[in-house]
Amino acid sequence: MTLAPHQTSVQPVDTVTVSVDGIEVRVPKGMLIIRVAELMGIEIPRFCDHPLLDPVAACRMCLIEIDGQGQPQPACAQTVTDGMVIKTQRTSELAKEAQEGVMEFLLLNHPLDCPVCDKGGECPLQNQAMTVGRPEARFDEKRRTFPKPINVSAQILLDRERCVSCARCTRFADQIAGDPMLELLERGAQQQVGIGPDAPFDSYYSGNTIQICPVGALTSSLYRFRSRPFDLVSTPTACEHCASGCALRTDVRRGVITRRLAWDDPEVNEDWNCDKGRFAFLYTADGRVETPLVREDGRLRVASWPEALDTAAHGLAAARGRAGVLTGGRLTREDAYAYAKFARLALGTNDIDFRNRVSGDEEAQFLASMVAGRRLGPTYSDLDHAPLVLLAGLETEDESPIIFLRLRKAVRSHGLRVQAISAVRTRSLDKLQASWWACQPGNEAWALRQIIDGPQGADALAGLRQPGAVILIGERLAGVPGALSAAAALADATGAKLGWVPRRAGERGALDAGALPGLLPGGRQVTDEGARAQVAAVWGVRSDVLPSRIGRSSSQVIAAIRSDAARADADSEPAVQALLVAGLDVEDSPEAGAFRQALDEVPFLVAVSTHHNEVTERADVVFPSAVVAEKAGGFTDWEGRVRSFGPAIRESSSVADGRILAMVADVMEVPFGTGDVASLRAELDSLTPSTVTRAAAPQVASSAAPTPESGYALLATWRLLLDRGRLQEGEPHLAATARPTEAVMSRATANSLGVANAATVTLSTARGSVTLPLAIGDVADGAVWAPLNSEGCALLGIGATYGSVVRVTGGAR
Amino acid sequence: MTPLTPVITAHWDVPDYFTLEGYKRHDGYRALPKALAMDPDSIIAQVKDTGLRGRGGAGFPTGLKWSFVPQNDGKPHYLVVNADESEPGACKDVPIMMANPHALLEGVIISSYAIRAHHTFIYIRGEVPQAIRRVASAVREAEQAGLIGDNIQGSGYNLRVTVHSGAGAYICGEETALLDSLEGRRGQPRLKPPFPATHGLYADPTVVNNVETIANIPWIVNNGVEWFRQFGTEKSPGFKVFAVSGHVNRPGIYEAPLGITMRELLDYAGGVRGGDGTVKFWIPGGSSVPMLTADHLDTPLTYEAMAEAGTMLGTGTPMVFNSTISVVKAVTRWLEFYKHESCGKCTPCREGTYWITGVLDRFEHGAGTDPDMKLLEDLCANITGRSFCALGDAAATPYPAAMKYFRDEFEAATHTPVDETYPSAASYLFTELAPR
Repeated sequence: MTLAPHQTSVQPVDTVTVSVDGIEVRVPKGMLIIRVAELMGIEIPRFCDHPLLDPVAACRMCLIEIDGQGQPQPACAQTVTDGMVIKTQRTSELAKEAQEGVMEFLLLNHPLDCPVCDKGGECPLQNQAMTVGRPEARFDEKRRTFPKPINVSAQILLDRERCVSCARCTRFADQIAGDPMLELLERGAQQQVGIGPDAPFDSYYSGNTIQICPVGALTSSLYRFRSRPFDLVSTPTACEHCASGCALRTDVRRGVITRRLAWDDPEVNEDWNCDKGRFAFLYTADGRVETPLVREDGRLRVASWPEALDTAAHGLAAARGRAGVLTGGRLTREDAYAYAKFARLALGTNDIDFRNRVSGDEEAQFLASMVAGRRLGPTYSDLDHAPLVLLAGLETEDESPIIFLRLRKAVRSHGLRVQAISAVRTRSLDKLQASWWACQPGNEAWALRQIIDGPQGADALAGLRQPGAVILIGERLAGVPGALSAAAALADATGAKLGWVPRRAGERGALDAGALPGLLPGGRQVTDEGARAQVAAVWGVRSDVLPSRIGRSSSQVIAAIRSDAARADADSEPAVQALLVAGLDVEDSPEAGAFRQALDEVPFLVAVSTHHNEVTERADVVFPSAVVAEKAGGFTDWEGRVRSFGPAIRESSSVADGRILAMVADVMEVPFGTGDVASLRAELDSLTPSTVTRAAAPQVASSAAPTPESGYALLATWRLLLDRGRLQEGEPHLAATARPTEAVMSRATANSLGVANAATVTLSTARGSVTLPLAIGDVADGAVWAPLNSEGCALLGIGATYGSVVRVTGGAR
Repeated sequence: MTPLTPVITAHWDVPDYFTLEGYKRHDGYRALPKALAMDPDSIIAQVKDTGLRGRGGAGFPTGLKWSFVPQNDGKPHYLVVNADESEPGACKDVPIMMANPHALLEGVIISSYAIRAHHTFIYIRGEVPQAIRRVASAVREAEQAGLIGDNIQGSGYNLRVTVHSGAGAYICGEETALLDSLEGRRGQPRLKPPFPATHGLYADPTVVNNVETIANIPWIVNNGVEWFRQFGTEKSPGFKVFAVSGHVNRPGIYEAPLGITMRELLDYAGGVRGGDGTVKFWIPGGSSVPMLTADHLDTPLTYEAMAEAGTMLGTGTPMVFNSTISVVKAVTRWLEFYKHESCGKCTPCREGTYWITGVLDRFEHGAGTDPDMKLLEDLCANITGRSFCALGDAAATPYPAAMKYFRDEFEAATHTPVDETYPSAASYLFTELAPR
């Protein structure tokens, strides 16, 4: 399925015939010699060359001979021409001598500290010195030394004397990330990588520079001196931090994750990932639920698996038809599917929802209509080729950082135009040279409608009508009435591809798996008898076993528990007597207070969790489950592409959620299957993607954002990539590279709020306040931006979310 | 004896020649109206026909370079004057800018008109503030006189001229590094292709020419092809501002036809000064060209004859060394220069110059070895043709040339410090300042 044919027409390319080491090949015109050699399996040594960076021809390691040219030429910078006769070091004495000479030069000032260098054992310089280097050094002079290491950021450390000046890191910063704060300084043998005074290398992608460094010059605070490469067991994995879908490599040393690297997936993350994906894995260690727990006399105590399974099965069976399931957005698709199946078969309910965030009925209908169970697309490759991409309610660098990299690549390579409907002109929009449509939070629906039929939208409308145009919308739009309806209408009116970009890694997978009140796996509607029959057939049950009434969303379940407690009799909707909650954090909910009370009040609560949290401390039964690194599974990225992985920590005895549910179902004598990842995946893959009848797109009228009274502003907010999220715990160096926690507003807004001269501002709601440094920036007038969940700024905790009206007062300067 | 042919230098003895008025009094700005009445392409053709070769060192035909600029491409074009004269021994562009800034500017206006540029940058070496001030004030004078600006002399042609100061890097004399520096980046050479003619300053078509090259243009326009070609040889036509320095009695600027010999220039310069009165070795044009000896004094100073002799005409600024000079020490100083000025971009130049200077330092202290001589030879071979730009190649030339003629001195430096064989004091040019 990941290899679904892609709708691009294949253009014939002009080819040329060249000979490499006496072998004739036909290759596309304009290809670099070094790439041609690679295709032929001929390895030309190199340091500065990187296929995703512009050629620089600085290291001179890849010198080869071209017939008719007296001097050796760099293979990394020369393109092939018809009839070219190329001789690499394999057949040319000139090339061989040139490479040996360059290698000798490279080793001059390089310290012989391989035994203590992190790179030792996986070092291109070390490897090539073995193959191309001289057995004995002729250099008797004093080596150049530098004090070491220096911090180019809290996370990235630089040993200048190991550097070979290949400029991969500086070119990455400039060309790929667009954060050119890492530069080469000085000249000659004193040339060195460095940063400006008091200007650290500030990039969400800084860790990639370590990975592409061909020597041990760049290391991370996290990994430095922690391991030898040959002590590591490596596993290809997928990233659990967002819906970008990065392929990773997880390196485990004696049962402990020591390092994560971006893994090469040309269709998705290419060679890159973000710093959160690279460095945020220490959460797996502390605060874990280690054994099953059962509540006795009001206190949780350690229990055996059979006891806990019995207790859970008994309590849940008693609440059959009156139980709710809340799964959160972090589960693998197989585990989410297990909950979806368990809810229907074991609990007889459709009251299941993965959305532990701002959500709503319009969104549910939108997802059912436009996203759930559909095939791949739009894809990263579509972004690569798009003439125009419209962003709405999505801050790519913070919320899906690989989308940002891909957009930037397209902007640089073929002049992709990016337009953004956003309350803030963010740094990422500047780096994408995007046109900024200043839009007050809550006015996105109106803005999208403007494109369809407003006077200012003509240019965007024409742009979106071009073949290949893409609209990307973020999950924030669920909180803006009419926005998703407008986005669907805009896509329909223009033919543009519409991509929904959730923030969490598990959301798209949970959606496809049927963890929503109105949907079964594969986007099948619970109200559709034929769809129910298809699912029932896969599950091996009669189709009338499946509940047919649309279930309740997470906020409806929470509300129902609280009203159940208030009123004894249930009329139309059954009371909620039991809750099954997977690994989610209560504080992520926009109605965390009500959620907590519901957890307190629900008669029976089962928690399946990796960590102790607010749910487990209120639960009657707690099951310990495996973190992503300890299990097999898969995530579905925003494209709809399945990213399957095996367990990285093979020594772990932790059990995945799906298997736990199967054991509970077994005790309940419900036919569920074994719940192992292979069978869950096989069932799910047979159900999604599907071509069943979809719900109609929502048609909610757009409404304008409220006009705040004097002294109030509309809140624009989202989670920064690096913030106080649970999965980033335990990594202070990473946290130190987070962007500043501050309130940003336009000069005009600051003036009208009377805070223009304030050093800090306080944002308050009826439930509390936060005080932040004030920064003036490009924000839509009448709005203030602040991070949703950063240190000292937990906005959900004061009941504020995107589009809320908050009171703004100034603090003394 | 070949006569001197003062053209650019003809009126340098006029005290106010550097002013607009002084220059005009001596037929200055007479080529300009003539050029502005011509079709730009015919100016390019004329320059092509003269066979004028770039005076910055490489000797690339100027008219040919201009003709590489794509015309009517709708893009802005730029002329950039390379006035970053920094090579050891080269001292001709700075005197031209000091004595004759308006000839440069007249050449700039005509050349820009020819290549359809409307903005010219003059990139002047940062260590010569006097030249920067002089050219800048000449630009102001010309602007006030309507020679630079909008609708020059009613021709409808507009031109802006910006004088830019370098910041002290020899590499910025390399044309693409100069362009990077001019754009505000770190001065390091660019990957070619694309070449500046199509993707130069701000990625637009650009011609980069040396000061002396541009200063030739007014006279070419005024006097024509035949006149120009009466000087010099078939392959090296024209005259040249030779700057003779080193151990000569009258160091200075001598403008003569290409093809004059070093022996003749030496005569004009009053013969060898100091030592035993003979030439020990000399370089034709800057430290980047291999040295020659007294055996080559009758070789014509042309691009082709110099190449035949295993060296290059370079900037045409011969430097003469008498018998008191140690070749080992001279080579060491040159290499120290290249080590200091290596930009660091490519490995062979960055590391090679670092290594070579270390080894040469041992020779200077009498501690070189036989294998070291072979090592230096290898290192130079490993730099030549393998570095990113010509700076690396230049750094690899002094040693092999020195070994060709003076191997014995390196052999002596395996046991005796150079200062003992060639005491420094004996070489001082100004004996009254020398320690006694």
